[in-house]
Amino acid sequence: MSVIDPIREGLARGWKVVDAAALSRDLDLECDVAVIGSGAGGGITAEILAQAGLAVVVVEEGPLVGSAEFNMREREAYPRLYQESAGRQTQDKGITILQGRCVGGGTTVNWTSSFRTPPRVLAHWGDAHGLKTVSTAALAPWFERIEQRLSIGPWQVPPNANNDALKRGCEKLGIPFGYIRRNVKGCANLGYCGMGCPLNAKQSMLVTSLPAALDRGATLVQRARVTQLAARGDRLAHCEARGIERNGAVLSPHTVRVRARHFVVSAGAIGSPAILLASALPDPQGLVGKRTFLHPTVVSGAVMPQKVDAYYGAPQTVYSDHFLDSAALDGPAGFKLEVPPVHPILGGITLPGFGAEHARWMTQLPHLQVVIALMRDGFHAGAPGGQVVLRSDGWPVLDYGMTDYLWEGVRRAYLAMAEIQFAAGASTVLPLHESSSAATSWRAARAAIESLPLRSLAARVVSAHVMGGCAMGADPTTSVVTEAGRHHHVANLSVHDASVFPTSLGANPQLTIYALSARMATGLAASLGKGAGGQAPA
Amino acid sequence: MPTRRQLLKVGIAGGLVLAGVRWLDRPQAVAASNYRFLDERSASAAAALVPVVLEGTLPGEAVARKRAIDETVEAFDRAVAGLSPAVQKEVEELFSILRFPPMRLMFTGLWSPLEESSAKEIGDFLARWRHSRFEIQRAGYQAITQLIQAAWYGNAASWTAIGYPGAPRLG
Repeated sequence: MSVIDPIREGLARGWKVVDAAALSRDLDLECDVAVIGSGAGGGITAEILAQAGLAVVVVEEGPLVGSAEFNMREREAYPRLYQESAGRQTQDKGITILQGRCVGGGTTVNWTSSFRTPPRVLAHWGDAHGLKTVSTAALAPWFERIEQRLSIGPWQVPPNANNDALKRGCEKLGIPFGYIRRNVKGCANLGYCGMGCPLNAKQSMLVTSLPAALDRGATLVQRARVTQLAARGDRLAHCEARGIERNGAVLSPHTVRVRARHFVVSAGAIGSPAILLASALPDPQGLVGKRTFLHPTVVSGAVMPQKVDAYYGAPQTVYSDHFLDSAALDGPAGFKLEVPPVHPILGGITLPGFGAEHARWMTQLPHLQVVIALMRDGFHAGAPGGQVVLRSDGWPVLDYGMTDYLWEGVRRAYLAMAEIQFAAGASTVLPLHESSSAATSWRAARAAIESLPLRSLAARVVSAHVMGGCAMGADPTTSVVTEAGRHHHVANLSVHDASVFPTSLGANPQLTIYALSARMATGLAASLGKGAGGQAPA
Repeated sequence: MPTRRQLLKVGIAGGLVLAGVRWLDRPQAVAASNYRFLDERSASAAAALVPVVLEGTLPGEAVARKRAIDETVEAFDRAVAGLSPAVQKEVEELFSILRFPPMRLMFTGLWSPLEESSAKEIGDFLARWRHSRFEIQRAGYQAITQLIQAAWYGNAASWTAIGYPGAPRLG
């Protein structure tokens, strides 16, 4: 089967793409809008601005890699497409963070789960955070527009056995569950979304909005880390970027300088606050980087009598919000239940233990069924989020401590997952925790989980959703940007990505980021008027 | 993984000793040519850890086993080379602790170098770190085990033993 790689085709058509790591001298660019980051926020923004006739330069830290190079091998995909080789961790190493670092950002490597922002979360943003214009009704047309653009819809294929076990367990216990909508077109149900879709079926920014922007004359600067936004008075004059090597560690001696009328920071909820902090922009209340959320996620493994083959098939198609919906937003920690894909590296590093103990689980990989619980953070004083800080070498790191409030939710999540897995027919269940022991009955699992000591670097905690740190709001004393994404203190700066969320979502964030960014970008385009250097489509 | 600041929390003496270690235990002038990050001595320490961490899924036959261990150390090296400079420095400090006798004894309880320790002695040290009351030791345990596990299970040679058929063929 020959798959057309839209990146190769676009480059052949004459896309303007600069590899900052390969520059032999400094480079100066000028445009209407510089967009920093090419993920869900930056990608959508670039397309809308380019469509409006504005000259756009997109600066992306990661490499431009297309489907021809997506080979479904973890050991090549993780170092190439993820921040810190998929080994990014919170400051205390307690939480491993999966974050994309490539053109298309997280959308190139995510698992395609598409949820509209839960209405009660949007209502809470109004009630508790004073948002006035971001509501379920206001966002509805933006969701519709994005769903159409990115082919988001129900998944017509039966769930794989890994997802089906979650469904079966919920059914048996009378726990409400649902089917996850996905942003795919012509998906062959392979299961390797996390390593880049080799078929271009996933409607990521890489194959939709970014090609559209590039076809309209936008410039992409890849492998370029923005080190500073340079202000003159209350306006930004230019941004500076340096080429990075494959491991992200080595800065090229040459600088890319982008002058623009306006700057949109879409570098993700660790990268965006980091750029603002490094640039020492006005932040009178010290809000930037604070209230950063993760949906801290805990994991339960089960051995099923039948084969599960959790490495194959659409990775996430079934979910349950029962443990979110049945709790008050500001009550005990709620959690969303989903399943992850299980490939050898991801499985290997997530299963606890070493030696024979670890091998006993690894050698049952085809029978391994895994459920994850994503904790909703940011709604209760017991889950205030973490803080993005800059290390002495300038790299950002997230200081995020698990709290007693979250650990209490983790214990209930372990219990819920184990009960569901036994109800689905598991012969053995193991909460992924260094002190847990495998249980062969629900009764035994319950007793073991109830006495499990919960602490950092014992319970396996992961995150694939970083949110907050540049909260939007009407009040400059409690937020960093307006609900239109405009910085409260710097006239020509916006933030379009998950960092504008005032709390986490309790749902996979991509569709919320797309919709908010589309809304913000459309407003921005209108306020900037006709571009000085806009070009007709190629 | 330990940072010097965290070490000071564990014991001021430990932190002060570490400052000396880094001077006394500089990487050898000639790095092993196959590696991007490891030097020869760190590579042999890593090679001693691999069969303990991966017991149960490495090939039993001697030649295949040796090759699997070598390839795991090489992939371990590549993995560390892909981490941020700050984390690379922490891994370097971790190896300093594993190599420099007073530090090794104090933090791992191992009298002999890893290369001369038995699998049981290494397994006991990993188990102590795994359940340690100090976060820094639990972090060190997780760094060692996860880097080795990622290095091995990313290698197609590991897949038969765990029943992973590999990615589907396209077309």
